[in-house]
Amino acid sequence: MTANEALPLGVLASSLIPGLIIFALPEARVGLRTALNLFGAFAKLVLVGVLLAGVAAGEDYGFRHSVLPGLDLVFKADALALLFGALSTLLWLFTTLYAIGYLEGSPHRSRFFGFFSLCVTATMGIAMAGNLFTFFVFYELLTLATFPLVVHRGTPQAMRGGMVYLAYTLGGGAVLLTGIVWLHGLTGSADFAHGGYLAVLGGEHAMQLQMIFLLLIAGVGVKAAIVPLHGWLPQAMVAPAPVSALLHAVAVVKAGAFGVVRVVYEVYGVEFAQSLDLLTPLALAAAVTIVWGSLRALAQEDLKKRLAFSTVSQVSYIILGVALFGPLGTVGGLVHLVHQGVMKITLFFCAGNYAETLGIHKIGELDGAGRRMPLTTVAFTVAALGMMGAPATAGFISKWHLGLGALEAGMDWAVWVLIASSLLNAAYFLPILHRVWFTPRARAWPAERIPARGRLETGWLLLLPTLATAAMILVAGLLAGADWGPLAWAKRITVWEYR
Amino acid sequence: MTEAILDPLPWLIVLPLAWASLAFLLGEGRGGRLAIAGLAAQLALALLLAVQIMAQGARVHTVGGWGAPLGIDLLADGLAAAMLLLTQAVALPLAVYARAYFSAVHQTHFWPLAGFLLAALNALFLSADLFNLYVTLELLSLAAVGLVALGGKTAQAAAALRYLLVSLTASGAYLMGVALIYGVYGSVSLATLAPLVGGDPPLAVWLAAGLMLVGLLAKTALLPFHFWLPPAHGGAAAPVSALLSALVVKASFYMVLRLSLGVFSPLAEMAAWSLGLLGAAAILWGSWRALRAIRIKMLVAWSTVAQLGYLFLIFPLLTADGPALQAGVMQAVAHGLAKAAMFAAAGVLMLSTGRDNLEGLAGVANRAPVTLFAFSLAGITLMGLPPSGGFLAKWLLIEAALAQGHWPWVVVIISGGLLAAAYVFKVLCQAFLLAPRSAHFNRVPRAMEWTAFLLAAASALLGLRGVELLELLAVG
Amino acid sequence: MTPGLIYALTGVALFALGLAGVILLAQALRRILAFNLMGSGAFLVLVGLAQRDGGVDPAPHAMVLTGIVVAVASTALALALARRLAAGGHGDD
Repeated sequence: MTANEALPLGVLASSLIPGLIIFALPEARVGLRTALNLFGAFAKLVLVGVLLAGVAAGEDYGFRHSVLPGLDLVFKADALALLFGALSTLLWLFTTLYAIGYLEGSPHRSRFFGFFSLCVTATMGIAMAGNLFTFFVFYELLTLATFPLVVHRGTPQAMRGGMVYLAYTLGGGAVLLTGIVWLHGLTGSADFAHGGYLAVLGGEHAMQLQMIFLLLIAGVGVKAAIVPLHGWLPQAMVAPAPVSALLHAVAVVKAGAFGVVRVVYEVYGVEFAQSLDLLTPLALAAAVTIVWGSLRALAQEDLKKRLAFSTVSQVSYIILGVALFGPLGTVGGLVHLVHQGVMKITLFFCAGNYAETLGIHKIGELDGAGRRMPLTTVAFTVAALGMMGAPATAGFISKWHLGLGALEAGMDWAVWVLIASSLLNAAYFLPILHRVWFTPRARAWPAERIPARGRLETGWLLLLPTLATAAMILVAGLLAGADWGPLAWAKRITVWEYR
Repeated sequence: MTEAILDPLPWLIVLPLAWASLAFLLGEGRGGRLAIAGLAAQLALALLLAVQIMAQGARVHTVGGWGAPLGIDLLADGLAAAMLLLTQAVALPLAVYARAYFSAVHQTHFWPLAGFLLAALNALFLSADLFNLYVTLELLSLAAVGLVALGGKTAQAAAALRYLLVSLTASGAYLMGVALIYGVYGSVSLATLAPLVGGDPPLAVWLAAGLMLVGLLAKTALLPFHFWLPPAHGGAAAPVSALLSALVVKASFYMVLRLSLGVFSPLAEMAAWSLGLLGAAAILWGSWRALRAIRIKMLVAWSTVAQLGYLFLIFPLLTADGPALQAGVMQAVAHGLAKAAMFAAAGVLMLSTGRDNLEGLAGVANRAPVTLFAFSLAGITLMGLPPSGGFLAKWLLIEAALAQGHWPWVVVIISGGLLAAAYVFKVLCQAFLLAPRSAHFNRVPRAMEWTAFLLAAASALLGLRGVELLELLAVG
Repeated sequence: MTPGLIYALTGVALFALGLAGVILLAQALRRILAFNLMGSGAFLVLVGLAQRDGGVDPAPHAMVLTGIVVAVASTALALALARRLAAGGHGDD
């Protein structure tokens, strides 16, 4: 095995092996568990860094293992894989820190962190999957690894949420599997390729290929929470805050959106998909999801639920970008894959901080929280402004490219969708900002658990990841032109896909 | 040249007979260590046989040098070797498990009966003629019935008697078929008969084939002959349930498969769709009943009814070397490992909570995590999720169905998987619930937890090594 | 009609009778007896059909002998179980 084969496996192993060891650790070994978690997270970061540098220099990284004649497990660390992989790795590090702080002293942490590590292993597998079969293997693994996290609290409510989550995701997986096997029957073994690999089949299979596209998109669409397949996402809010962060930003919905990217660009190929008339319906579905998610978010009184519906809406920006035929739309979709993750994870960290520190769950209880927890609230404000698309934030870069992409693709209506959505974003985020900063506190906090100590408004492990990701939003917005930033990588990938 | 190599064929039958007899002589409850040692040797022999067959192809062993028709021939090809490997691979961990289990639960004659059961199984897989198949099948049933009745409770005796009567009737029907075949062709050797049975045989042969098929289906507990299985498998002691569900029902399936690929292949097409439809019905009905079960072992037993259905879905799709046969054997192997693990895990959960219903499982996730993990991994195979062997089986099956345009099959396979997910997660959800304050958990020997885990892990990781199994299977 | 064929047809009739008994009867003992009838029928067919050509074929005789041994063992097990069931079991908690 050469180094270029071993590196992708190393990326998987860097979370899998610590995860398996953590399962076996007794509950009381807090120090060792934390060390393993952090070691895994940093090791993965280093490995992904090496891969990024290598890919930028034109290296190929891949690994192949045959499970059946004509059926291979393929890993390929290309630029697209690393765009998603790097995001997940970085956010995993912050989520791990956050979870260590958040779960301090709570029971069953070995189980929690074990599945947490499995979860990110599955995500990296999805990122580096080199064909649909491999993608599916890790897609299902992700479902299985997240379930114990969703039901972690062990209450009947958590069970209900977990069952809904499973019903949707396993159902989606079954649909996806049907599509994949069907396609496999048509093409035989085939790897993801820039520009897709189906164009050679030509028009004679058009009908079948359209059906398969529907199955594949419906399958990945469940995790990407495309309306009407989004029902699980608000239900899964019963999970602890780090899990919500994982579901919404690092792993699950991202895996779905990433699946859409792979299917459109590297299975069908964007030009072939356009010739089969597949992109316009996809764009319409994304548009409906964007507006519907925002409308539902408006009506939520529970902070985490509002954020959940906001995710439904925001993830479909990625899909809209993918469905806009033209390089600018693609850049917008891909870069939003990263930006949405960073922004949404910040929001969930903040919501977790409010809940953990002051016992705040409802939006109505947030009055004056900015005075008590200024740092958290600043982070929340930055992320909320980013979601609205305010200049100097990451969200602006996404929306700018998406808007230009819509015009380039000749879908002017999509621009109106973006504008409407931004207005709705403002309508559900601005009242919150007004409350936290400008409405004075009239009552005591619902349940103040963590007292303020000097500058520290809450536990430092809760605060540090929040501020770090908030800073990343600004960096991605202000230094968008940087050669190493997500925008540059998105542009690089786009060039390959349209070649 | 043949003398130079150790021939595992007779030893695979003699060894279990030997340790079973010794265990019987040692007396009640003794012989566990002997069995484990014997099984370890058997596993090594089965591996050796698989390697030899891969290298040299299928071969025949004439017992005592007599040769057919009066002597007995043993035939080992890829299919037989795969089943033998499965049998020993499941039985060895189960023996370790059983030794720990029966230190906690009183038993009388588990080891001798288990030994006879394994000897009968191994002999069955190696049989080369119809009558030998009958004898081994009958011995297998007798040992299995004895094991079901082991606990001595009334319910177990009732289940055992029902099982025995079904089983005896079924083998009676099979024997009648053998008699008719002998009457027509004057031979029972599979190799001699294969060229004789043509596409348009006399009525007696049709009748014989029908009787044999029905008898074997009843033994495999394919719907509508499934009624005896849940009480027998669900009521027996955990290691017994594991042996029965994982291996014993596969024996009669193996015979159906072997006969319809070989001697009766000209007639097999007639029954293929009926078998397939019964299989489909079994998947749906068995899963539904599993979902409704309130006792954990009944749930697992009904799941066996459902999973056996998958084995019969392959018959309408069966071609000489197509994916359907591979799917069937892959499913048999994956289910064997997974179901053994699941019953073993269920046994641990029941000993730990001291109750046999699902409700009692609340909180077990924290008390017996290894076992619950084993249960989940086995569940992954049953659901057909990657990377398990069950997944590869389903993949191959769906591929075969799509290649021949049988869409309803895809729907059945997929919905069966989803139903399996529903009943597996019903158990897991219960286990993840917080334990009530009054709950009390017993300590369970570690060996039991880890053997269940080992079996489950093997079934879940089988999918990564599917190529070798299929290569072995391809040796005709 | 040769004697062999008569034996065989009688065997088929016995088998059918036994089969009907096993399926239709309710009592365990009767069902066990019915099963024995089935077995005898099958043995008769084996022996009867083997005499087709006048000469004696030893193979079916060997089979029938083996079959009888198996049938006796099965009957013994069935009777033991039926007895235990009638006695109400001994290991109930």
